[in-house]
Amino acid sequence: MCVTCGCSNVEATGNGLQEEHVVGGGAEARDNALHAAPAGTPVYRRAHPDANNGHWHADGTWHSHGHDAARKVGTSFASPADRTMSERLRTLCIERDILAKNDAIASLNRRWFAEHGIFAVNLVSSPGSGKTSLLVATAKALKHDVPLAVIEGDQQTSLDAERVRAAGVDAVQINTAKGCHLDAQMVADALRKLRVAEESLLLIENVGNLVCPAAFDLGEAHKVAILSVTEGDDKPLKYPDMFHAADLVIINKMDLLPHVDFDVTAAIDYARRVRPGIEAMLLSTRTSKGFDAWLAWLQRGVAEASARRMQNVDALRHRVSGLEAQVPERTASTKQA
Amino acid sequence: MHELALARSMVDIVETTARKHAAHRVTRIRLEIGALSHVSPAALQFFFDAAAYGTLAEHARLNVLATPGEAWCMPCGAAVQLAKRGDACPRCGSYQLTVVRGEEMAVKDIEVA
Repeated sequence: MCVTCGCSNVEATGNGLQEEHVVGGGAEARDNALHAAPAGTPVYRRAHPDANNGHWHADGTWHSHGHDAARKVGTSFASPADRTMSERLRTLCIERDILAKNDAIASLNRRWFAEHGIFAVNLVSSPGSGKTSLLVATAKALKHDVPLAVIEGDQQTSLDAERVRAAGVDAVQINTAKGCHLDAQMVADALRKLRVAEESLLLIENVGNLVCPAAFDLGEAHKVAILSVTEGDDKPLKYPDMFHAADLVIINKMDLLPHVDFDVTAAIDYARRVRPGIEAMLLSTRTSKGFDAWLAWLQRGVAEASARRMQNVDALRHRVSGLEAQVPERTASTKQA
Repeated sequence: MHELALARSMVDIVETTARKHAAHRVTRIRLEIGALSHVSPAALQFFFDAAAYGTLAEHARLNVLATPGEAWCMPCGAAVQLAKRGDACPRCGSYQLTVVRGEEMAVKDIEVA
């Protein structure tokens, strides 16, 4: 029996001192992390065949063991597990979502967008799907009708922001360095550097990645997933989290459709398997075919964000005038008192 | 790679609570990870070891309560099991499913000394 967790996935290796912690029956030890050994006893060495030192139990729980002894070899065999015996252990209830901090900042971003009537859209896709070209073409087409600003996310370079600025639109570049996605704090920081007009459109181009950006709410109104016909129609099934998080899927590079084996109906069908009811648009940035529907979708979003803001402003004005009306009454009643 | 950000976020939550209660170190972290969430327990463990280095949670064990995926099937009008996104309703084959369980990524509680 494993002395650390009590599971039975342990085999003696012969000499009585060494044990091999067997997970899933794998024979190859990819990680020879040392387990903690009771003070004053010979070191138990166990090899974990799974790279992450964790394993599933029959009751559906998964756990790992600490690796303290591996770092402390040669200095002391006393492990945290042993020290706890002489310390009082307490359990602290937390019940908090791992992404709570990001989501709280995203909520602040969303509130700020609402207060200013800004329609924020988060463009997500794999690298090379044509996000930046779509964004530049959108900026050129809309800049005279709708105030707009752009946040560009890439691991490095400011090439994309420069492309957008060359089209005559304000843009700020976020470089995530080794990061694989934008998070809500990065967007909040970018908003301080960018002039975003009231009742405008904010386009956020996420890092080209069909996995990681799905997990992070930026405070946007919608995630828009872009899938080009050169990528394969089964992407929504291969990367379901991203298409599930999106509210609109754009099938891009439609001009190349005659040259590739891409089943448009299947792609949309797959996207609707992971996100029932997802809206779909077919377009080509290069030929502008289908582009009008996309522009109309954005303009409708801006109009709705503006209308909601006006409702709030009107409601606030109504409340302020109501409060002002009460002021003389209160002054009068104070004087009487 | 988003697993590193999630692991850091988790360590941040754990350390903040541990410090608030004047704990010296964290011995165990109990998590709830859904089958349809953005992370697998093994990947989170891998990045946790890096994220926790030098923190109060450095030597903590991770215990994961794995929540199975569950969805509401519109045609069936019933809750059904959903092993992964993109699967059909096991009863009627429809994809008109709304996930109701299995997206959890939460720190339940911690054991501290």
